[in-house]
Amino acid sequence: MSGAGRTGSIALEQVTQRFALPREDREFTAVQDVSFDVGGGEFVSIVGPSGCGKSTLLSLIAGLVPVTAGRITLDGRPVDGVNPRLGFVFQRDALFPWKTVAQNVGLPLLFRGVDAAAAGPRVADWIARIGLTGFEGYHPHQLSGGMRKRVALAMTMVYEPEIVLMDEPFGALDVQTRNLMENDLLEIWAQLRRTVVFVTHDLEEAIALSDRIVVMTASPGRVKAVYAITLPRPRSVTEIRFHPDFGRLYETIWKDLKDEVRIGYERSQKGLVG
Amino acid sequence: MATSGVKKVSWAEIRLWRVGLLAAFLLLWEAATRRAWVDPFFVSQPTVLAAQIFDWIRSGFIFRHLFVTMEETIIGFVLGTLLGVAVGFAFAHWQTLAHVFDPLMVALNAMPRVVLAPLFILWFGLGLLSKVVMVISLVFFVVFFSTYTGIREVDRDLVNNARILGASRRHLISHVLLPSALTWIFSSLRTSVGFALIGAVVGEYLGSHEGMGYVISYAESMFNATGVLAGLLVLMAAVIAIDIGLKRLDARFSYWKPVPK
Repeated sequence: MSGAGRTGSIALEQVTQRFALPREDREFTAVQDVSFDVGGGEFVSIVGPSGCGKSTLLSLIAGLVPVTAGRITLDGRPVDGVNPRLGFVFQRDALFPWKTVAQNVGLPLLFRGVDAAAAGPRVADWIARIGLTGFEGYHPHQLSGGMRKRVALAMTMVYEPEIVLMDEPFGALDVQTRNLMENDLLEIWAQLRRTVVFVTHDLEEAIALSDRIVVMTASPGRVKAVYAITLPRPRSVTEIRFHPDFGRLYETIWKDLKDEVRIGYERSQKGLVG
Repeated sequence: MATSGVKKVSWAEIRLWRVGLLAAFLLLWEAATRRAWVDPFFVSQPTVLAAQIFDWIRSGFIFRHLFVTMEETIIGFVLGTLLGVAVGFAFAHWQTLAHVFDPLMVALNAMPRVVLAPLFILWFGLGLLSKVVMVISLVFFVVFFSTYTGIREVDRDLVNNARILGASRRHLISHVLLPSALTWIFSSLRTSVGFALIGAVVGEYLGSHEGMGYVISYAESMFNATGVLAGLLVLMAAVIAIDIGLKRLDARFSYWKPVPK
């Protein structure tokens, strides 16, 4: 099962994004001349220092924000507004607090006009897959952080998007919950083989999950290097760390990353990065 | 008993204090007027007030007037709220509209509407209509501003998430914007109930032949402090009753919110 010929491919060509800072009467370049491809069904992570425009790239791919210059295409078609074939898991779980677990998971199906009879079993199936059977009638504030994240994941996967964008989805979780969630994600990904673009500042997480890693420079974000992660699959994120190649990969990529992290940190200390 | 730092006071104790203070106040008032420290002509007397209210209830006199005031308040309150929510939504929806009318809204809101009451009476007569308009003019702005703010303050992530999940414009309003703004709208409703009653009573006070405002105004013209104070007490009770009702309604619509401990 190779990625070639699958749907769900993404191509970024010389993508630049600038924001106006009206109060300071200047422009802020978030990302500059970013080019890379993601094959259909591939798992690609973007790593880089804080403020390097990783999240901006996801918003651009999702079509939430139009690009300033350059081109983004999904399966050869240019991004033009929000694409319904796409899923997005936000950094903060963007659950609807006034809806129950079942209503949240079923919401995209409702929006897409799937009738209730057809939606019911799909919602129940995904609630079972994330291990929340019995919690259908709970509201988000009654759930733990990990449970909410699972609901957010199910809400995205239930309509089977071809491309799933994830913006530091597990950043706010404790380490144990986080590892469980990462393994669940890998399992879902192995079953469905959707394209995943995963933004994180955690290099270990990126190596453990991905097929390839895009390293970004400090602001303005450019592509510094792209690494193929050749570790065997299926992986368990807790065990793959002991693989002999893991440490070597970590060292190589960290060498690239650490300078950028330092630059990013120094700038943030000076208040140059918003 | 006296411990340093923060002491947790039980609810029973708080209730005891409340009732105790009220009783002490009433007793002092009664004693002061009986012993002629203060002339009851100006401040009336708790027992006389109670007798007056009891008498009004027994004869049914007060219900006719209370009914008229409540009618004006409720009609004006409902219309003002609907109008406020609708215009608030429209402003949040069409940015241009908001930009064009923003100064007008601020100016109208800054104007003390109570002063407009004589004009409303001139335009709409001594009956129900002038009071309803008065109430609407007070309620509308409170509800409008909180609806508008409520919708603009909606969590951007939620809106983006809904868009990505495939929400149409209509979905966005019914599933995201309205539920999210409802909290703001409800908190404003409880404020605007007070305004609504003020509007109706002021309207009646200035020109009418029935309603609580008329009762108070009539008592005042007779230099009857008891009548004025008894009228105010009845109004106070009415506002508290409505507020309790709205609180229950709010709780029903806020079932999804965490309960503060």
